[in-house]
Amino acid sequence: MAQPSLTETGASAGHSPSLDPNASDVIRVLRDDGTLDPATDPKLSDDAVVALFQHMVFVRVLDERLVTLQRQGRIGFHIGSLGEEAAILGSAFAMRSQDWLFPCYREFGAALWRGMTLQSYIDNMFGNAGDPAHGRQMPDHYTARAAKFGSISSPIGTQITQGAGFAWAAKIKRDDLVALVYFGEGATSSNEFHNGLNFAGVFKTPNVFFCRNNGWAISVPVERQTASETFAGKGVAYGVPGVRCDGNDLFAVIKATRDAVAHAASGKGPVLIEALTYRLSGHSTSDDPKAYRKDEVVEAWKQRDPLVRLRKYLDGRSLWSDALQSELESKVDAEIKTAVAVAEKKPQPSLESMFDDVFAELPWHLKEQRAQLLAGVRAKGH
Amino acid sequence: MTQMNMVQAINSALRHEMKRDDRVVVLGEDVGKVGGVFRVTQGLFDEFGDDRVIDTPLSEGGIIGCAIGMALYGLVPVPEIQFSDFIFPAYDQIVSELAKFRYRSGGEYPSKLVIRTPVGGGIRGGHYHSQSPESLFIHVAGLKVVCPSNPHDAKGLLLASIRDPDPVLFFEPKRIYRAAKGDVPDEDYTVPIGKAAISREGKHVTMIAWGAMLYEALAAADQAAEQGVDCEVIDLRTLWPVDIDTIIESVKKTGRVVVVHEAPKTCGFGAELIALINEKAFLHLEAPPVRVTGFDTPFPYTLENEYLPLAHRILPAVLETARY
Ligand SMILES: Cc1ncc(C[n+]2csc(CCOP(=O)(O)OP(=O)(O)O)c2C)c(N)n1
Repeated sequence: MAQPSLTETGASAGHSPSLDPNASDVIRVLRDDGTLDPATDPKLSDDAVVALFQHMVFVRVLDERLVTLQRQGRIGFHIGSLGEEAAILGSAFAMRSQDWLFPCYREFGAALWRGMTLQSYIDNMFGNAGDPAHGRQMPDHYTARAAKFGSISSPIGTQITQGAGFAWAAKIKRDDLVALVYFGEGATSSNEFHNGLNFAGVFKTPNVFFCRNNGWAISVPVERQTASETFAGKGVAYGVPGVRCDGNDLFAVIKATRDAVAHAASGKGPVLIEALTYRLSGHSTSDDPKAYRKDEVVEAWKQRDPLVRLRKYLDGRSLWSDALQSELESKVDAEIKTAVAVAEKKPQPSLESMFDDVFAELPWHLKEQRAQLLAGVRAKGH
Repeated sequence: MTQMNMVQAINSALRHEMKRDDRVVVLGEDVGKVGGVFRVTQGLFDEFGDDRVIDTPLSEGGIIGCAIGMALYGLVPVPEIQFSDFIFPAYDQIVSELAKFRYRSGGEYPSKLVIRTPVGGGIRGGHYHSQSPESLFIHVAGLKVVCPSNPHDAKGLLLASIRDPDPVLFFEPKRIYRAAKGDVPDEDYTVPIGKAAISREGKHVTMIAWGAMLYEALAAADQAAEQGVDCEVIDLRTLWPVDIDTIIESVKKTGRVVVVHEAPKTCGFGAELIALINEKAFLHLEAPPVRVTGFDTPFPYTLENEYLPLAHRILPAVLETARY
C-alpha cells in the first residue's frame, strides 16, 4: 500500500519546505512498531512516560470539551492543540524547574503541566471574576506566572524577542536559567522572529526557540512562509544552530529539547528547534479548514497521531490498558465538568476592575471615567 | 441594485475594480483561497488568479513594504491587514514611508495604495481583535482615512479610495460586516472622499459618529426624540480630510455637539473634532461639546458592552447637552 502523503499542503509553489518526519536530519526515537531507537532514546522512567501520556490524554479531552462548549455558546472561542500534544508536552517536560516558557497561544497543555490549575484556565475560558486576568482577555489568553509561563498576547511573534531579552537578563545576572519560546512556523515570517534570533545569536542568550511547524498558519501553507528547505535552517544566518525533530514523537521532542537546554545552559547560546507536527483541527473554533485543505493529508497525519503512537509504545511495554484508559477518561471528564460548573457560577469581573492595572496607580482621568461608568446605566448582553 | 451586506459590497467593489483596472492587486494573510478570515475577498482568487490575489507570508511589515514597492512600480495594491490590531508591525512602513513618499520626493514618487482592515469591537475579540486605531493614522500627515457605515457607502468609498491619488486607510467596522444591509448599485459609482452624510436631520443637538457607532447614535437619537430632543446625526464616512463644512453648518444650527467613537477618549478623533468646532463655531455653542467614547483602558473582553459607547451611554449625554 502506498504511504499517504504527509507533505502535501495544497498551494502551488516552486518549492516546498519539507514536512516529512522521515527525512534524514530529523531526530526520531519512537519507531512505527512502538519500540524506541536506542541511539536517540532519552531514557525516561516508566513513571514519567505514563504521567506524560496521562497528561496528553487530559489535554486532548479538554480540547474536545472546550470545542463543544464553544459550539454550545457557553464560551466564546477556543484555540486548541489537537495533534500537537507531544510537541507541546515533550518540550515543557524537558525544561528544568528554574526554566521559563514564553508561549504563543496553543500551549495550555504546557501551562497546566507546569502547575497552572485547571480551574484558573477554565475561569479564563469563561472570562469570569476568577480569571487571574479578570476577564480582560479572550479565552486561551490566560496568565500563569507561578508556572514560570509568560503572559499571552495575540500579535504573532512578539514573545520571541521578549523571550530573548528575558534569557539575556538571566545571563547578565549569571543565573542558571533557560527560556524556551514557543511559536508556529508562520511566526518565523514576522519581524520579531528576525529581531529575536538576531539578538539571541549576537548575545549568545540561553534560549530554546521552539517552532511548532504544524503545516498551517490559518489557511496559509508552509511554502508561503519560506523558500528555505526547513524552518530550522532559518537560524543559520543568525548563528543559531537549528535542529529538527519528529514533533509527534514524544521521546524525540524530549531528546531535542533536553539537548538544546544543555547547550543553552552551558553558555553556548541559543538553539532553534523545528518540531514537525500537524494541526489536526481548524486554526481555532472560528475556522473551517475544509475550505483550504485536503482530507487525505489530514487523514495521513491522523495515522501519526502522537497519542496513538505513544499508546502503542505503552502497550508494547504493558504499561497501559483499555481499563486504565477508560478510567482516566472518566476521571478527566469529571474534573473538567466540575471546573466548568464552578466557572459558570462565578460572577463576571467587577466594573471597577476594568480600570485597574492600566497603571500601577489609578490616575485622575481613570478615576473620573470609572465614576462615570458606575453612575451610568448598565449595558445589555453580557 | 442588489441587496448586500458590507462584506458583499466590499467584495463587489474589489471585483469591479479588478476587472476594470488590471493594475489592482490584493495581498495579505489568508486573502487567497479561503477568501479572508471574514470572507471579504471570497471568490477573487478563483476569478483573478494567484498573481493578483496573493496569500503572503505572515508579516504585516512585509505586506505593506512590498505593497509600497509595487505601487512605486505602477500597480495599485489593495493590501488587507487581517485585523487593524495587527497593523502595528507595518506602522513604520506606513508612517515613515507611505505617508511621506510624495512629499519627500517633491512629488516624484507618489506611492498610492489602499490598506483595507477590519476595525472596532463587538465580536468578543478582547484586546487584540477590537481596537479602533484611526487617530494614530489621522495624526500622520499624508494619509487619508475612511470608515463607511453601510454597504452603499462601503462600495462607493472603496472605489473612490482605489482611484484616489493618495494613500488611504480603509477601516471596515466588523461589528456590522453582516448586520448592515442595503441596496447597492450594480453600475459604476463612487462616494466622494471628504464628504459626510447627514443620516438624520434635527435641530437641537448635533451628533457626530461613523462606522458601527452610527447605529448607536441613531438609536439614541430615536430615544431622545421621545423626550422632545431632536438630534441631527452626521455620519462622517471620511475621517480625514474631514468634511468640516457639514459639521460647522450643523453646529451653527444646533449649538450643541456630542461626538461618539469606540476608541479611547484621550487623543481620540473626538478631541480634534471638538477643537475644530471650538475654533470655527465657538460663538455658536450653547453647551460644552461632549465625547462619548471607549474608556482609556485596553479593550476588555467580558465587559465589552460596558466599554463600548452604546446607545445607553449616548442618550444621557445627549439629554444633558440639550438641557445645559
Ligand atoms: C501580527 C499578527 N498578524 C496576524 C494575526 C492573525 N493570526 C492569528 S494566528 C495566525 C496564524 C499563525 O500561524 P503560526 O504562526 O504558524 O501558528 P499556529 O497558529 O499554526 O500555531 C494569524 C495570521 C496575528 N494574530 N498577529
